Amino acid sequence: MTLGEFISLSRRDLRGGLRRVGRFSAGAAFYIRAAVRLAVAVLAGRFVIPLIFKLAARNLFHDRLRLAATITGIVFSMVLVTVQMGLFVSFRTMVTTMIDHAPADLWIMPLGTKCFEDPALLDERERFRALSVPGVVEAAPVLVSFAQWHIPSGGTTPVLLIGSDRNELGLQPWNIVAGDLYDLAIPDAVAVDRSYFERLGTSGLSDTVEIRDLRAKIRLVTQGIRSFTTTPYVFTPLDRARSYAGISPNKATYLLVRLQAGANAESVRTHLNETLAKAEALTPDAFRSRSRSFWLFGTGAGAALFAGALLGMIVGVVIVAQTLYASTKEFSNEFATLRAIGSSSRYIYTVIIIQALLSAAIGFGIAAAIGKVIVKATADSALPVLIPGGLMAGLFLLTVAMCVLSAIAAIVHIMRTDPAVVFTR
Amino acid sequence: MSDPVVEASDVVKFLGHGAARVQALRGVSLSLSGGELVLLMGPSGSGKTTLLSVLGCMLSPNMGSVRVCGRSTAGLAPEQLTQLRRDHIGFVFQSYHLFATLTAMDNVRLTLDVRGDFSRRVIDRAKEALATVGLSHKTRSYPLELSSGEQQRVAIARAIIGDAAAILADEPTAALDGENGHAVMSILAGIARQGTRGVLVVTHDPRILPFADRIIHIEDGRIVRKAGNGGLPAKP
Repeated sequence: MTLGEFISLSRRDLRGGLRRVGRFSAGAAFYIRAAVRLAVAVLAGRFVIPLIFKLAARNLFHDRLRLAATITGIVFSMVLVTVQMGLFVSFRTMVTTMIDHAPADLWIMPLGTKCFEDPALLDERERFRALSVPGVVEAAPVLVSFAQWHIPSGGTTPVLLIGSDRNELGLQPWNIVAGDLYDLAIPDAVAVDRSYFERLGTSGLSDTVEIRDLRAKIRLVTQGIRSFTTTPYVFTPLDRARSYAGISPNKATYLLVRLQAGANAESVRTHLNETLAKAEALTPDAFRSRSRSFWLFGTGAGAALFAGALLGMIVGVVIVAQTLYASTKEFSNEFATLRAIGSSSRYIYTVIIIQALLSAAIGFGIAAAIGKVIVKATADSALPVLIPGGLMAGLFLLTVAMCVLSAIAAIVHIMRTDPAVVFTR
Repeated sequence: MSDPVVEASDVVKFLGHGAARVQALRGVSLSLSGGELVLLMGPSGSGKTTLLSVLGCMLSPNMGSVRVCGRSTAGLAPEQLTQLRRDHIGFVFQSYHLFATLTAMDNVRLTLDVRGDFSRRVIDRAKEALATVGLSHKTRSYPLELSSGEQQRVAIARAIIGDAAAILADEPTAALDGENGHAVMSILAGIARQGTRGVLVVTHDPRILPFADRIIHIEDGRIVRKAGNGGLPAKP
């Protein structure tokens, strides 16, 4: 195939696809308009409720056992999808938590940095290079490094040190539940999250511990600053972090850049990238995107979550399709009668689609309730399941789409039924 | 009697495929006019049901033509045939084919519902149709709460509510005892006597011969005899 033929075919496919989308949209608009008009007329008492709803509901509720199987299938499927997508959202949020809480206009990092937790180091000379670029007001160093935390009862556990000085550009702990941010200025002071007390072998505020054989005292406690890697974050001033990590005083992992008011971030970033030797500058959005890309897709974690969600959807489609098909087959005499007395194909589709939608609504309602319980139950875990409103709405639409898709087999079966069979049954 | 409501001319219909293909109708012609009740009789396998399906626009003839209320069915798409059936033909089936989960009222109303008529007057029309078949007191009953004769009367009410010009009934008395069969045929004959509708009844049941204006005998896919009701007892 030549390139010209390929382009021509692609255009034809695109036109065909757009036509189909147009037809689908027109069909959906027709149904929505008709439904709204009908609802208004029924509420005004001018119309009676169409039997189509009664037929669908009675077909669905006629066999309670099958209904239970259908709903169970939808619930299992949607809980699985909800958990996977909730984990995905949570993961996506957690991998950028530190970036979200840093008040930087630009981030400077060692070339090739893949994510926030990447512990490569910059030389302090890069800071001076950055400060020489017009538009840069400040470039505050931040150290991110692993260190060994000595558990008082014995043994060690790795922690991720966040070393930053307390200033306008500092990466400071938030959600403080005990102590004060000023307390971090006290010698040996560190901040930890209370969800890691057990892991760190501490009972909380004022406990004295050791990090890399150096004394540290918990002066600040936070809540909910958790890492999906399960390695606890420990906040401390920059110099102390360097000591705990055994890193020389002229090194840092990041430079948080504050720009002059009115400076164009993109042009400053370009200028910085031309000026820096072994570092690069990124906007916070670009750094978020890079971190997400690495953790979600570079490690395969996101793909695994999506695969789980997809599997859940497939299971749901198969179960709902099977039960809808069986229900439709059981009522095939009634559908044939409907056809014999002159009901249009659209009328029959609608009966089956309403059955599917009712199943979706019931199944989703239960799945959403279970989802809420899971959200509460995992709230304090390393990777809590998050179901924001948008995700919930998306999952509802997905359930509806899944159930409507499942109705196709039933619709095909019924449209192949010859109405003349009513004379032979 | 008025103009034909259903007409068939030289209708040929094959059923099945390949070695199983059979010629069910071999050049059948008949007409049904408003105001008459016609019986279609014949042995099993003679083509009665196939003819009823063709006249009811459920099957299309391979050859010949069918006209419903003056409109030819030739070349019509399935949805157009469905519409023709919806607008002009009412069916009464041997095994009633009522919806077990709907009340008598809703079963009757269904004919208008599939036409998209959701106005409040459908309730009055359903009540009227049920009154015509003597079931005013059973509007809220479900089919399983009705006797066989009552179920068939609900099916007749469903067939007439839409003002169909032709009522096609397939063995409407086959599952009924003599008394109920008589009652059902009386209702169908009454509908025909109103003058606007024609009623075609496929039957094996000799008890209902007195209700016929005409009797058509079919054998092996051919009409072998057409007769008036001369010599038969007077219509009740």
